Amino acid sequence: MSQFAINIMFVGGSFLLYIAIAIWAKAGSTSDFYVAGGGVHPITNGAAIGADWMSAASFISMAGLIAAGGYANSTFLMGWTGGYVLLAMLLAPYLRKFGKFTVPEFIGDRFYSKNARLVAVVCLIVASVTYVIGQMAGAGVAFSRFLEVDSTLGLMIAAVVVFIYAVMGGMKGITYTQVAQYCVLIVAYTIPAVFISLQLTGNPIPGLGLFSTHVDSGMPILDKLNQVITDLGFNEYTADIDNKLNMVLFTLSLMIGTAGLPHVIIRFFTVPKVADARWSAGWALVFIALLYLTAPAVASMARLNLMTTIYPDGTAAEPIQYDERPNWIKEWEVTGLIQFTDKNEDGRIQLYNDSEAFAPTAEARGWNGNELVVNRDILVLANPEIANLPGWVIGLIAAGGLAAALSTAAGLLLAISSAVSHDLIKGSINPAISEKGELLAARISMAVAIVVATWLGANPPGFAAQVVALAFGIAAASLFPALMMGIFSKRVNNKGAIAGMLTGLAFTLAYIFVYKGWLFIPGTNNLADTPENWVLGISPLSIGAVGAIVNFAVAFIVSNATEEPPVEIQELVESVRYPRGAGQATDH
Amino acid sequence: MSAGHSYDAEAYWKANLRLIFGSLIVWALVSYGFAILLRPMLAGIPIGGTDLGFWFAQQGSILTFIALIFHYAWRMNKIDEKFGVHEE
Repeated sequence: MSQFAINIMFVGGSFLLYIAIAIWAKAGSTSDFYVAGGGVHPITNGAAIGADWMSAASFISMAGLIAAGGYANSTFLMGWTGGYVLLAMLLAPYLRKFGKFTVPEFIGDRFYSKNARLVAVVCLIVASVTYVIGQMAGAGVAFSRFLEVDSTLGLMIAAVVVFIYAVMGGMKGITYTQVAQYCVLIVAYTIPAVFISLQLTGNPIPGLGLFSTHVDSGMPILDKLNQVITDLGFNEYTADIDNKLNMVLFTLSLMIGTAGLPHVIIRFFTVPKVADARWSAGWALVFIALLYLTAPAVASMARLNLMTTIYPDGTAAEPIQYDERPNWIKEWEVTGLIQFTDKNEDGRIQLYNDSEAFAPTAEARGWNGNELVVNRDILVLANPEIANLPGWVIGLIAAGGLAAALSTAAGLLLAISSAVSHDLIKGSINPAISEKGELLAARISMAVAIVVATWLGANPPGFAAQVVALAFGIAAASLFPALMMGIFSKRVNNKGAIAGMLTGLAFTLAYIFVYKGWLFIPGTNNLADTPENWVLGISPLSIGAVGAIVNFAVAFIVSNATEEPPVEIQELVESVRYPRGAGQATDH
Repeated sequence: MSAGHSYDAEAYWKANLRLIFGSLIVWALVSYGFAILLRPMLAGIPIGGTDLGFWFAQQGSILTFIALIFHYAWRMNKIDEKFGVHEE
């Protein structure tokens, strides 16, 4: 059977499964559509949150980023898991007790203001849509590679599939589909990692293999990797870094952003009890950690494999001939994500770091510049091919990557549609709308969001990582502080919350746009996006944490200068703090 | 909650805040502390070709986060019962 047929089988089979589940769980009432009737078990919910959370960024990109950056990019590992601690202790149980459908609804009620609710809707939609764009783009790339179609066609297929199960099934469809997707993606991620860990270290658990001995050299595998890459002029993989302030703030932005992203928070409304909301966060992190503990092993092992593929006789010997390059390089060259230029015209692939410090060595060896450019995002997808694993593993990776991208896209679309139909239309424009009308509005807004995201996914306003960073920055700087103050302070009032959200959001967006271009339009940036230009060395990706601090500060100052919230609001805050009396998530 | 509840609401909330505060100290210590700012101090503790700080950055902090959440859920559910605010 050809690799193409195998890919079709795995991808097609997994899709049939998701669609079958969506039809089986077809939603009836609005409550079912949004929160699955409130009857989801914490472990089930944890797996669904895991699938929801682990997007194309986690599955496809993250290991590649760690492979390239080594220790410095551990920020992604800590940032995208540490946020669950904040969720479990600072938000989830209280929002579950509050017992409404959406995040803006809480903000609107707690800050007794339609305007606060609308500001929250805007923050939610901007954060979620930017995040969906990245998912659609990721799904498009994975489809085009594995189904051997054009990337635009790949994107269209992704949009149709997301549309069918998200619109038909609502939350219940999504919850159970996402459990299935979690299973597909974790198996797909783990199996190649286990094979590779066995090949390199003899240890079947990749997370342990990372700190084990490399079989061929008898050295710890991280030492071996350090040695190979420093021989070629790259920085040591495990080296410490100088700019610790930026590393701390970037990690903090990712953590706060994680806790503030509405598509994750909404999941905690679907458990029956407050106590279950706490357990759900724990289970979610267990399911997420299965991938996140494997990812750093995949990163270092794939990087070592790549280097030994190019330098089979060691770094002191000459690299391989271009004509004898392995098949996977040829296939990825077609997509343009691997590029080779024979700069010194010796027919060999010189892969090394073009740095000033390494220039004398390169010159002495007759090298005329790095000749192989490998896109970081292909590392996980190409991993099974690099390690010469059988064809079915490659099919599995394709299905897993798509499951990751599509499940997150669907969860985000649900958050967007409920914000539009429930908060914008029912909450503001037409409060008298019938349940049927509201459901229809939810489905229409989902369809519109898919069309917008698909269009932007075909014309992304920047690299996926930039877009995703914006989503985290917005969530961190706007929604998280408002939610947290709404629970932990009785003094913060409507004026304070609105002022805080708006300044946090504006500050964060402005800092990002100054370096990345206004609305990401290339060439409109005021300063070059290089560390020398950053204020105090803080990168635009890390600014969300500072935006959150600004939000907190402004909200407290404005609230203290104005009147106390009314007594009934103080009682509301009091009531969300105590679990007793939490019914199902309800409408007004 | 109505004014006439039978449990000590203030003491319950204080117990929750204490637990959160303690948990967040550990949360910050393993990630921002051991994995980033204090890594040079842990450089002398070798682990599989690198040092303990690297391990905390790539695995240790994640494992600690899981333990923290389950510990919080377990303790909080006990505190709910002690103060009589748990759900039926």
